[in-house]
Amino acid sequence: MAEMDTSSGGGHKKGPGVKKGKKLSTRVDLTPMVDLGFLLITFFIFTTTMSQPTAMRLFLPKDADKPEDQNKAKQSGVITLLLGKDNNVFYYEGELTNNGSNFKSSNFKEIRNVLLDKKSRTPEKDLVIILKPSSECTYRNVVDILDEMTIDVLKRYALVDITDVEEKLVVASEKAGAATASN
Amino acid sequence: MGRAKLPRKSTIIDMTAMCDVAFLLLSFFILTTKFKPAEAITVTTPNSVAAKVAPDKNFVLITIDKDGKVFLSMDDKQKKETIANTLNTTKNLGLDVKAFAAADFIGAPLAGLKSFLAIPSDQRKGAALPGIPAKDSTNNEMTTWMRLVSDAYMGQTAPAYLVKGDNAAKYPAFKGVVDAFKKNDILKFQMVTNPQNVPQGSELYKSVMKGEKRSD
Repeated sequence: MAEMDTSSGGGHKKGPGVKKGKKLSTRVDLTPMVDLGFLLITFFIFTTTMSQPTAMRLFLPKDADKPEDQNKAKQSGVITLLLGKDNNVFYYEGELTNNGSNFKSSNFKEIRNVLLDKKSRTPEKDLVIILKPSSECTYRNVVDILDEMTIDVLKRYALVDITDVEEKLVVASEKAGAATASN
Repeated sequence: MGRAKLPRKSTIIDMTAMCDVAFLLLSFFILTTKFKPAEAITVTTPNSVAAKVAPDKNFVLITIDKDGKVFLSMDDKQKKETIANTLNTTKNLGLDVKAFAAADFIGAPLAGLKSFLAIPSDQRKGAALPGIPAKDSTNNEMTTWMRLVSDAYMGQTAPAYLVKGDNAAKYPAFKGVVDAFKKNDILKFQMVTNPQNVPQGSELYKSVMKGEKRSD
């Protein structure tokens, strides 16, 4: 049955002049607060785990002054990588020929295929990678190429000083590369 | 026939307990977070797939900033005092041993070390300092420093040698540091990097998938 609002009309139940205070609920909706809380928690969780630096190990060989003490590597199993400026990588297999015909240019993306190709063609005990950073390359390049050795699971590699001839060749190739790129 | 009347339940849940938990966790994470101290030398480290966490105790850290300037820091104060005393006796530098031990890092040639220590520590900023000369092979002061460090640790467990280089640092600075290591027969060192995922499909990725243990 329809009911009628009778409260305003009479005031029959209570005596005249007695007002009933409206009861307000003390409950607050905490959902937004919980949301905010969890948002901040996720933020802190992410920032704490992200800032943990890792360390890459490098073992240096002892300097051998006498040629007979130095490690020998089979020419067929050697690939030499030269790091130039602007993330350029150059490489040659075996020994550098006099006219520089086996001197090839590459970059950090393609060098993985070059290395894997060399790895598949060479018996594991003969494979040696020689890394020669030029004075123009950055620390990042050196770390990247050492990391590449880890990624491609290459066990034998050495960081060697660049020779003057190679340094000049790197500079010349870079100039030639820049010229063809601008044309 | 009357059906049994289901009592109508309220869909509102009391959030107080959840709120308590959320803020408890929040305060826990805030308190445990170690904020990186504002570094005097700004260095952006390169990425690598190395998985080992860099040690934060008993280390000798060599920082190479983007201009190729080299800085040395170590966490053992006693060893620093030893080094300062040795420098005072062998090179007559007249260093303040306490100031040397309190310095966060060393970044000046030996000749300018005294004036370097005179600068208030909050004003020692990497960009304005000369750094330790390392690029020149005839005057590589890093060799001297590394000898002092390895002498100070003589007969004890060797510290972890860390190299923290900037992405843009040129190779000669790094080579200078490595040469200094080699000359002092320090043949193991570590390079501080940011972690990076192993590229999918690479050789390492395959061996990790097979469950082989990584050697690095």
